[in-house]
Amino acid sequence: MKILVPIKRVVDPYSKLRPLADGSGVDTTGVKFEINPFDEIAIEEAVRLKEKLGNVEILVVSIGKPEVEEQLRKALAMGADRALLIETEVDCDSPSIAKELAAVAAEINPELILMGKQATDDDCNQVGQMLAALTGRPQATFASKITVVADGVQVTRETDDGEEVLELHFPCLVTADLRLNEPRYVALPGIIKARSKPLERRQMATSPVLKTRILRVESPPPRAAGQKVGSVQELVAALRSRGAI
Amino acid sequence: MEKLLLISFNPSEADQSIGFAKALGIAFDVICLNGMPAEDLGAERVFDMELSPIPTADGLAQFMAGQTAGYSHIAAVSSMRSKDVMARLAGLIDAGMVTDVIAIESSKVFKRPILAGSIIAVVETLSEQTVLTFRPSGFPANERFGKSVMENLSSEIASKALRVSESVRGGARPDLSQAKVVVSGGRPLRDAETFERVIGSLADKLNGAVGATRAAVDSGIAPNELQVGQTGKIVAPDLYIAAGISGSTQHMAGIKDSKIIVAINKDADAPIFEMADYGLVADLYDAIPAIERELESGR
Repeated sequence: MKILVPIKRVVDPYSKLRPLADGSGVDTTGVKFEINPFDEIAIEEAVRLKEKLGNVEILVVSIGKPEVEEQLRKALAMGADRALLIETEVDCDSPSIAKELAAVAAEINPELILMGKQATDDDCNQVGQMLAALTGRPQATFASKITVVADGVQVTRETDDGEEVLELHFPCLVTADLRLNEPRYVALPGIIKARSKPLERRQMATSPVLKTRILRVESPPPRAAGQKVGSVQELVAALRSRGAI
Repeated sequence: MEKLLLISFNPSEADQSIGFAKALGIAFDVICLNGMPAEDLGAERVFDMELSPIPTADGLAQFMAGQTAGYSHIAAVSSMRSKDVMARLAGLIDAGMVTDVIAIESSKVFKRPILAGSIIAVVETLSEQTVLTFRPSGFPANERFGKSVMENLSSEIASKALRVSESVRGGARPDLSQAKVVVSGGRPLRDAETFERVIGSLADKLNGAVGATRAAVDSGIAPNELQVGQTGKIVAPDLYIAAGISGSTQHMAGIKDSKIIVAINKDADAPIFEMADYGLVADLYDAIPAIERELESGR
């Protein structure tokens, strides 16, 4: 079985970020970059499926600047078999990423595409569903459990008010939510070993036509400064006077 | 000619969508997938579908794709379900998409939070058709706008993904994303029984909903659908009470539109005090029962 895991390089989700002074973008000076945490969960799940089932080949792919190699190397160290770096200087939107990934999927025909539900930088939550649409695959987003069955997967997915179980036949696409697993810590031998795993570079096969673009970024309006209250009585009185209770 | 198609998964979403439609300022129709929508939404036409259960994403998006001709904007209230379906729809009709719209500058320029709400992006759409999900708290509407033409719409929808089972939790409390009062707890609540006894009890006294942090959900103290934050529910109640919550950026992303935020925490340096309107440095196990007594005595 082949599993395709598209990943994205994102700013460290725990860093404090501000707009650049001219609002043209986000100031990332001195900020670390990581694999998007939900994509890391997807990689981990693919590796666990490989460990469980044996006959699985995992291809990780990322679209972006040459620096993305760092994240692909980490994915290889986690247990992916090979990596594909599609280099572009274009700041692609979700539809253009999905189209390029669809071209990759058409080439390697993975039974399963497994990826994060959203990237923690743009918080869009779009590419997985768009890729599923473009490749005609059934989808299960927000997965919290994946079980491989005869010719597909059974996926427990989180919903607005509980959970549900979907059955998808291969080829299909699943996006990972937080509680699917906890990604492993990669020890040094793994990172060294991963240096010899294949990493292919190429240019985009599709020409991106942007459907959205960011005009500028702003800081959110600040909340008015609050106050500490000294006692429960004071708190309840304040809430009563505001009409909140 | 611009026109909006609103997709509502239930009648309450149709009600919540009116403010958004008015803010966009173009004529609109509504497809209500399940449940009978109100007649006075001010839409030109309201299509009532009575789908029960609502089909899985692939079939539903395929069906919707066949309904979008003539619409410049296709929008739905932000939810896990709408993100699942609407992004697939955008892929099918080759539209641009803007997720979690919080403000409208023009019919082509929208504001949305990125990076867990620490930055607001102003996004321009460049495609003929645009798919949107929006947070209704940014678009309040307290008035009604007149009768719509009601029509039935039916269709056989076949999905490749089969729903094997579904479990809906919840019970008697109000819906978390729409509640006027939300009481949330973090990991100091120890276990599910304590969480329900302490947080659930105060929520019930205030007729509110219960929320939780990611840490509380991860450690099994609260079920996943109660998670509030960047990747959970976004809430905007009149009153948000955070008990034993330190206030990570990811959690604050889900609550910053609340009218009043109350923080109760033992740690006087917890970051949540920077955003709380009222901060009480106290042990929640002392403070919450005391609040309940104070509420009783004030009646």
